[in-house]
Amino acid sequence: MRPIATTRSAAGMPTGLLAVWWIVASEIVIFGGLLGAYIMYRLSHDAWAGHAANTNTLIGTTNTLVLLTSSLFAVLAHQAAEKGDGKKAARFLMYTMAGAVAFLCIKGYEWNYEISHGMTITTNTFWSFYYTAAGIHGAHVIAGAIIMGIVAKDAAKGLELQRVELIGIYWHFVDIVWIFLFPLLYIAK
Amino acid sequence: MAESIPTQPSDPHADDHHHEEQSFVSKYLLSTDHKVIGMQYMFTGMAMALIGGFMAYAFRMQLAFPGVEVPLWGVVTPANYTALVTNHGAIMIFWVAMPVLIAAFGNYLIPLMVGCDDMVFPKINRLSYQIFLLSAIVLISSYFVDGGGFGGAWTTYPPLSAKAEYNLTPMGASIFIGAVGLEFVAFLLGGINFITTAMNARAPGMKLYDIPMVIWMIVIASILFMVSVGPLLAGAIMLLFDQQLGTAFYDPNRGGDPVLWQHLFWFFGHPEVYVVLLPAIGITAEIITVFSRKKLFAYRTVLNTAIGTGVLSFCVWAHHQFISGIDPRMAHVFTLTTLLISIPIAEMMFVYIATLYGGAIRLATPMLWALAFIFEFLIGGVTGIFLGASGADIYLHDTYFVLAHFHYTFFPIAIIGTFAGVTYWFPKMFGKMMSDRLGKIHFWGTIIPFNFIFIPLFFLGAGGQHRRIYDFQNFPALAGEGMQDLRILATTSLLVMLGFQLVFFYNFITSLMKGKAAGKNPWKANTLEWTAESPPPHGNWKELPTVYRGPYEYSVPGREKDYWPQDEPN
Amino acid sequence: MIESYLPQASTFAGDIDWLFSMVFWIVGAWFLVCSGVFFWLVFKFRVPNGSQATAEYITGEEKSQKRWVTIPHLLVLFCDVFIIYGAVKVWYDVKQYLPPPDQEIQIIAQQWAWTFVHPGADQKFDTADDIHTVNELRLQEDAVYHYHLSSNDVMHDFSVPVFRLKQDAIPGRVITGWFTPTESGEFDIQCAEICGIGHGLMPARLVVEDAAAHTAWLAERSPVKLAAVTSPVVEN
Repeated sequence: MRPIATTRSAAGMPTGLLAVWWIVASEIVIFGGLLGAYIMYRLSHDAWAGHAANTNTLIGTTNTLVLLTSSLFAVLAHQAAEKGDGKKAARFLMYTMAGAVAFLCIKGYEWNYEISHGMTITTNTFWSFYYTAAGIHGAHVIAGAIIMGIVAKDAAKGLELQRVELIGIYWHFVDIVWIFLFPLLYIAK
Repeated sequence: MAESIPTQPSDPHADDHHHEEQSFVSKYLLSTDHKVIGMQYMFTGMAMALIGGFMAYAFRMQLAFPGVEVPLWGVVTPANYTALVTNHGAIMIFWVAMPVLIAAFGNYLIPLMVGCDDMVFPKINRLSYQIFLLSAIVLISSYFVDGGGFGGAWTTYPPLSAKAEYNLTPMGASIFIGAVGLEFVAFLLGGINFITTAMNARAPGMKLYDIPMVIWMIVIASILFMVSVGPLLAGAIMLLFDQQLGTAFYDPNRGGDPVLWQHLFWFFGHPEVYVVLLPAIGITAEIITVFSRKKLFAYRTVLNTAIGTGVLSFCVWAHHQFISGIDPRMAHVFTLTTLLISIPIAEMMFVYIATLYGGAIRLATPMLWALAFIFEFLIGGVTGIFLGASGADIYLHDTYFVLAHFHYTFFPIAIIGTFAGVTYWFPKMFGKMMSDRLGKIHFWGTIIPFNFIFIPLFFLGAGGQHRRIYDFQNFPALAGEGMQDLRILATTSLLVMLGFQLVFFYNFITSLMKGKAAGKNPWKANTLEWTAESPPPHGNWKELPTVYRGPYEYSVPGREKDYWPQDEPN
Repeated sequence: MIESYLPQASTFAGDIDWLFSMVFWIVGAWFLVCSGVFFWLVFKFRVPNGSQATAEYITGEEKSQKRWVTIPHLLVLFCDVFIIYGAVKVWYDVKQYLPPPDQEIQIIAQQWAWTFVHPGADQKFDTADDIHTVNELRLQEDAVYHYHLSSNDVMHDFSVPVFRLKQDAIPGRVITGWFTPTESGEFDIQCAEICGIGHGLMPARLVVEDAAAHTAWLAERSPVKLAAVTSPVVEN
């Protein structure tokens, strides 16, 4: 049973939305700290451009496209949920999750290749950042996909449709983090 | 601000709260009730305070009587000593001040003071406490692993913290980082509820400026915490990788930079002071208005200074690093911002003093604590100016002067603020009155020794005594009899102060068992929690209240009663 | 203030003590006034428990009331200006400005000892006539010294209370600063940044002596001369 408190919205914003923005804000500062540190190091180490040359831009670009597409499905799921079509929303969420899985598979292939070619997390600090940043991002992708599965399961039954928008916001955030990581790790060489 | 669609008091759910028969486990251990979670945080915090206090006892004994066999501990070795000071600091800030001031009072008070039945997300609230409890257990477990507890100070500066060959605690260092990380996660989860409940679940009619000050302060503190802790969490992951995977984020020999950690740490560490200060300031506001029967002087000014302090607190972190090899020109900037922060804080002190003017001040136990908070924090505030002035900090940095200064801020916050809050809300929490006589004995028995502990440390610090040193007998200039006498005075006072805490526990337990029934509103206060039963049932009210005015309408001219509860239509 | 606890043994010790005293008098006056008003108000307006006495209704929102807070507030700002001026001036002299040196030394911190290196007769480091001492620093009175501070392992902090000098030693960096000893005698050197379990056990001694004594000491300790007789002093 839900407390009455959950149903109020004195600030004029749905409570779930407020909570998701809180989570996103707290994540922004986490990634902000990590990427800020990376940029400071990068600026003081010219040699890193050479290390970055070993990253595979093609795979990075593919993954960017995969994530952007999955975000598009998240938007479509939201639209369907707005119209009250839970089944359709759940289906689009499934497509988004498929994007997440594809992203992780490509990432796995990429890491496997790099590690087998001697570029591991301890090779040097560039690679430490590379694996740490992408690893934390990957953990968010996994968490997002799992939560999305739970939301989709309910949505298919027409329950808790407002959550489709909330998980969508989170997913866009995960996407945007990648949009920052991609140029920093792959393009700047 | 859009007003909500009022949830009708005759809500059908209102009844459900009462016929849930709950077993002991579901009522006290797995409860989602905000009041139970608040209590859990409070009692866990108090237990941790006892552990932290015991640690202080052990290392103070070593300082006063070097090499002595400390009762209940044994001889304090150098490794013991560094681990004790490290964990004392971390426990008192992360496992006492934060859980009690923000989580315990926040959980207990926010729904009651904004007039709703529970937190917005009760399950997240429960999860927050469970993670917090886990973090406390993890921290304590570090004492029982190979190598013992981490001893690199609560600031955890690498490379010392990053490599086992330097800190000699291969497990302890990582467990310490892990425990602190878990604690941060617990408070980020808690913050979700504090913000959403205070902002969204307010009673119908409660406008932004009708929110009691303590709620505002907890909300602002939660936001400050959330914004400041992120970079440190990222930094902590990097440090953990340095420890366990062999990366080199902070290793200067392999392209890392140890000073990065200091920036990340203090970017969090300084706002953290205000994270715990603001709730204590809020508690003080509630108490001094009730016990002087006065309206809070310039409510909006207090709120604005709190926000101003919060914003400025993000611009001062490097004053902890004046002498740590940052560009010397930066020191000027941080001196400026640090001294600017004296302005909102001084304003806040002035406002509180002004509130007393024209009051009818009743010196009951909670009021004594609140007044002591103002006075003792004033000492903490003015001694901070010495340290913010970069030129003077060259000498004072990392001496006992710093130590005494921040104990004059943290002790009023964590201990005085907590006792103020506990003695004030005890009747609401447990439905019984505490003994005022025992409360006053405990008050004086805490405050007087407190000053005798830390004033000598100001003198020792000015005399050049540095922190975290195991035995001053190795330093001829510090080994003199006069200085040792001051150390013995501080330690003796600590023993006296710890002894007087027994009075509090005796008072707490006897009042709980046979205290006078408190009734709904023993202090004749205005805020909403005093309109609920004492203690409030699950769901808080049968009919949720509606709010008609601000929280501090005391002694309004032309009214029969000298208080005007927020929920009375007229 | 501080000079009553510790001698002033460097040229800038007096400046730092002056700044400390200035801050002390300013904040001390504020503290006395604030706590005086505070206790006076508590004393004047207190009533017994259970009394029916009523209080005044003051919102504090009107200008005439608010000035009781805003005027002191502006005075605080005014005092801040003096303190900032003093802090910036002293900081500049001690940490930012670097006078030309008469002598140079290297200070190397490690867990848990200090190594001090004098360049020897050729005034160059890393040559055969460098003089290494462990946990004892000998300096010449009234000579301007540049120090080059580094660390072999973790953070340390070179702190000489009688000089009022303190500087972190950071592994991977060499930090240069200066001081001029002005008083001969024997003093403490402390480590002021926690550096592991031996942090409290790395005291070093500072000996300041006049020019003649110092020159004699340097000549006596010169490893070039000593090498024939004894093994060199332990290097870190």
